[in-house]
Amino acid sequence: MRWIWIDRFTEFVRGSHSVAVKNVTLAEEQLCDHFPGYPVMPPSLMIEGMAQTAGILVGETRNFQENVILAKIRLAEFTDYARPGGQLEYHAKIESIDDRAAATAGEVRLNGQPIGRVDLMFSHVNKSQSTAGLPEHNFVFTDQFMQLFETFQRGTLEGAAES
Amino acid sequence: MAATLSREEVLGRVETVLIDALGVESDEVTQDATLQADLGAESIDFLDIVFRLEKTFDIKISKGELFPDDILSDPDNVVAGLVTPKGLEQLKSSMPHANFDDFENDPKVAKVPDLFTVQTIVNYVENKLNTAA
Repeated sequence: MRWIWIDRFTEFVRGSHSVAVKNVTLAEEQLCDHFPGYPVMPPSLMIEGMAQTAGILVGETRNFQENVILAKIRLAEFTDYARPGGQLEYHAKIESIDDRAAATAGEVRLNGQPIGRVDLMFSHVNKSQSTAGLPEHNFVFTDQFMQLFETFQRGTLEGAAES
Repeated sequence: MAATLSREEVLGRVETVLIDALGVESDEVTQDATLQADLGAESIDFLDIVFRLEKTFDIKISKGELFPDDILSDPDNVVAGLVTPKGLEQLKSSMPHANFDDFENDPKVAKVPDLFTVQTIVNYVENKLNTAA
């Protein structure tokens, strides 16, 4: 299964902020049961979408050399439902970062309107810490995630070349 | 800018930091409350508190400055579950903001987390702001 809850990046500024979008569609399995007759995007998956948007932003600051693990949800609040046909935007920015961890602040928008806030903390786990039962290879930034980032980079370069 | 804050103002802001970081109620954040045992802080919460303090007071907190984490990993500083006199001196030196009165009478390693109280954080921030002033 592809555990990717963002469709593409639309903005990415190294060490600062990123924006990713996610289209909510009825074809997605989670909407069959959440809820029967009233399909809405589960908030837990919007938190995951923000974690992926912010986690890639944090990981890129160190060129994806370390695993970036979601360590804490500092805040998660939603004021509206995201229904099929809507487009979610995850706006993430780095608030604090050092060699141990990073804190990010995030806003969730639906069709351009704010519907929630998700603030997160990530731990950096490098190879020297991987003896604690963790694999030595980078198990966070897999090929699937790297494709998302590289697709954005390619689009940016192509856009720059055309202008 | 924050250097002119009174102790009450520092305490108020530290209370807000701890309420937000630990999800506790304001009446739980007494000055003697320990971060771990009383307020339920886990390891990642200590970093969260550091980040929030930096932002709230516009200060920079270096690794190990508020919560020293390398002193107890030195085998000379801990023997049979007790902090040695050398270890105690190092702790006191690196944490002038903490109250060691009770700990000195019973220097069990397991009691080290009790050194980190709300009062400890307030003292640390006050010292930091006064040094910067």
